[in-house]
Amino acid sequence: MSKFTFKKGIHPKHAKSFTKDRKIEYILPKGDITIMLQQHIGAPCKPLVKPGDLVLVGQKIGDSDAFVSAPVHSSVSGKVKKIADVLHPSGSKMQGIIIENDGEYNEIEMVPKDPYIMNKDEILASIREAGIVGMGGAGFPTFIKLNPPNSDEIDHIIINGAECEPYLTSDHRVMLEETDRVVLGLSVILHMFPKAKGVIGIEDNKPDAIEAMEKAVAKFQQESDLEIAKNMSVATLATKYPQGAEKQLIYSITKREVPSGKLPADVQCIVQNIDTVVAIHRAFFRGRPLMRRVVTLSGENVTNPGNYKCKLGVSYRELIEHAGGKIEESKKIISGGPMMGMALFSVDLPIIKTSSSILLLSENEMHMGEENPCIRCGKCVETCPMNLLPLDLDKFARNDAKDQFEQYNGMNCIECGSCSFVCPSKRHIIQAIRTTRRTIMAERRK
Amino acid sequence: MSDLNIVSSSPHIRSKDTTSNLMRDVVIALIPATLVGFYVFGLAAVFTVLLSTLSAVFFEWIYQKTLTGKTSIHDHSAAVTGLLLGLNLPAALPMLPDAAKEITMVNFLLPFAVPILGSAFAIIVVKQLFGGIGNNFMNPALAARAFLIVSFADHMTTWKNIEPVFSSSVDVVSGATIMGMIKNGGLVIGPSVLDAFVGTIGGSIGEISALAIIIGGIYLIVRKVITYHIPVYFIGTVAIFMVLASLFSSNGFDPSFIGYQLFGGGLMLGAVFMATDYVTSPMTTTGKIIFAVGCGIITSLIRLVGAYPEGVSFAIIIMNLAVPLINRYTIPRCFGEEK
Repeated sequence: MSKFTFKKGIHPKHAKSFTKDRKIEYILPKGDITIMLQQHIGAPCKPLVKPGDLVLVGQKIGDSDAFVSAPVHSSVSGKVKKIADVLHPSGSKMQGIIIENDGEYNEIEMVPKDPYIMNKDEILASIREAGIVGMGGAGFPTFIKLNPPNSDEIDHIIINGAECEPYLTSDHRVMLEETDRVVLGLSVILHMFPKAKGVIGIEDNKPDAIEAMEKAVAKFQQESDLEIAKNMSVATLATKYPQGAEKQLIYSITKREVPSGKLPADVQCIVQNIDTVVAIHRAFFRGRPLMRRVVTLSGENVTNPGNYKCKLGVSYRELIEHAGGKIEESKKIISGGPMMGMALFSVDLPIIKTSSSILLLSENEMHMGEENPCIRCGKCVETCPMNLLPLDLDKFARNDAKDQFEQYNGMNCIECGSCSFVCPSKRHIIQAIRTTRRTIMAERRK
Repeated sequence: MSDLNIVSSSPHIRSKDTTSNLMRDVVIALIPATLVGFYVFGLAAVFTVLLSTLSAVFFEWIYQKTLTGKTSIHDHSAAVTGLLLGLNLPAALPMLPDAAKEITMVNFLLPFAVPILGSAFAIIVVKQLFGGIGNNFMNPALAARAFLIVSFADHMTTWKNIEPVFSSSVDVVSGATIMGMIKNGGLVIGPSVLDAFVGTIGGSIGEISALAIIIGGIYLIVRKVITYHIPVYFIGTVAIFMVLASLFSSNGFDPSFIGYQLFGGGLMLGAVFMATDYVTSPMTTTGKIIFAVGCGIITSLIRLVGAYPEGVSFAIIIMNLAVPLINRYTIPRCFGEEK
C-alpha cells in the first residue's frame, strides 16, 4: 500500500528509542499543585475559588465568559493556598491557583454521559465544560474547532497520530495502551459529523501502533451498531518531519491544500490530536474533565526516560526529578519537541494541558555550532514543506524588509524549523522569520 | 539554574552538515580529475595546482586577518576556489632562463605569476570585496580564469613544453586543444573521442578527463551536495546544439564531432563543478534549469559562431550575472497559494 505523504520535509533522527517501549507510568503529585488559569489559546479564566476554599478533584476552579476560552479544573483535593502570578511554560508570568494537596483525592461526583443520544450542541457544551483543548501544542479550545461555520460540509475528521517530532512518544504509547479510548473518542466526534470519514493517521515508524489501531477499529466496526463505525479507518503515513503539521497532514491524507490564511475547515477537514480524543472519551464515558495528560520525559540527561501520566499542575521539576533528569548537566531543557518546543530557563513551572514533553538534551544531541554566512546552498529551499525560500526570508527578516518578507509569502511559514535544521551554516533562520512574523502580526492588529 | 542553560529559539537540534563538510565533499569529488591531470601533465600540474590552492587560502587568510582579525579559511571554501582555479589552468613548470633553448625570464616567471595572480583576483577582488563567502556575484575561479585569459592569452591557451607522463597520442604535447583544432579548421588530428573521454588530451589540468569529472559529479549528486539539474541540462543543451550543427554542416553528420564537443573541452568541468557553485546559481529547480539551458546556449553559440574556441567559462559567468533576475522570476508557488 502506498503511504500518505506531503512534499519536501526532513528526516531528523527519531530518537524515540529512549521511551517508545516504556509503558505509561501514572504518577501522583507529592506537593502543591498550580493550576494555571491560561492553558489554551484565548482569554484566560477567572478564578472561581478564593484562598482558603476547599476544592475537590474535578471541581471547576476557573472559567471565562469569553467565547474563545476553556475552563480549568482542580486535579487534586485540598485547600486553595493562594492565587498569584507564577511562571507559565510560555515564559511569562500569569495567574495560577496554588492548591495544597491533601493527598486524599476526594472527588466531586462525575457522571458518565451517553454521547450517542446527545445532539451536537449538547456534545460541544460537554466538551467545553470538560476544559478540553488541543493537546498537541497549540491548545485551541476543542469545542470551537469542532464547530466550524461549515459543519455540514466537513468530510474528514483526521486524528493526528503522526507524532513526527523526534523524542516524543506519548501519542505512540497512548495509541498502544489506550487504543479503544481513541476509537471511542473518535466515535463521539463522528457522531457529530455523520457524513465525515474518521481517519487516524500514523507514521510508519510506529508499526505496532498502526496494527493496534487497525485491530481496534475493526473490532469496533464489528461490535458497534453505530452507523458511523464504518467511516473509521487508519492511514499509514510516511515517516517524515513535519508530517504531523496540520496543513501537511491534511495534504498527505486528502491531497488538499489549506489556502493561505485559511483554516482546515475551509478544505472540509478537522484535525484532532490523539490525547485530545482520549480526553473526549474520558469526558463522556467516565464523566471526567481534563485533569491529566501524558508527558514524555526524554533526552540523554534523563536517567529513567519514559512516558508519565501526570496530573495537570504538577511542577516540571517534580516530574524531572521523578524521572532522574540531570537538570544541572543539561545543555538545554525543552518543553515540547526539539523542532518546535521552547527552551526553558526555569523548571519551576506547572504542567499545563499542552505540555507534551520535557527534554533534557546534552550538547552532543544538538549539533548547534556557530552561525556562519549563508552560502546559498539551497538546502532550506529543498526542505521547506510550505515551498518557501527560507534563505531569502531570513535575509529580509534581518534587513527589516517587511514588504519583501510578505511578498515572498513569509506569513505562510509554519515555523516547523526544517530550514534551520538542515542549514549547514547553522543560521537561525526560524528565529529571524518568527520574530518578523510576530512583528507583522502585531502591526496588523493595530 | 537559569544561567546553566541555553535558552535559544527552536529548532533545538540540527543536522550534522556543515559548510566545511560540503566543501570537503567538493574537494573529494575533484580528486579523480586532479589525479588524471597530475598523471597526464606530471610535475607541472602538481606545481600549478598546489600553488593556486595554497595562494588562494593565503589570500583569504591575510585579507581577513588584516581587516577583521578573524579568519574563515577553516570552511575550506578558499581551498575549493584555489583548487578549481588550478584545474582551470594549463600545467606549467618554471624553467630557468636558457638562451640556447629560447627560454626567457618570462618563461620562468609566468608559471609562478599566473596561479598567484589568479588566486589573488579570485579571492580578493571577486570574493572578499563583495562581502566574502555567499556574497560573490560570479564564480571566483571562473572570473579569475577570464581575467587570466585576457591578461596572459598566450600562456593560457597553449600547452607547449609539457612532457606527458603518458599519452596514447603524442600530438597533444605540442598542438592546440581539440576545441582549438575544431575552431581552426574543423578537423581533429590525433586524439580520438575515447582519448577525450578518458583524458589523454591537451587542455587545462582538470578538464581533460570527462570520465574523472563524471565520477566526481556522481559523488556530489549521491552525497546530495548538488542536484543533477544543472549538469544534465547544461550538457544536454550543448549536445542538442551540436547535433543540430553537425546535421546542418557541409561535412554531414559526424558523431565524433559531438563527442569532441562534449568531452574535448571544458564543458564537463564547467557543468559539474563551476555552474553548480551554490552562490552563483539559482535556488529553485526551475531556476536551475533556466540557468543551465542558458549556459548551454551561450557555450554553443561561442563555440560555433564566436571568435573563441571555448565558451564554457564565459557562458557561466554571463549566466552568473543573470541569477538574481532568474531568482526573481522563479519564486516558487507557496503551499496553499492559488494556482
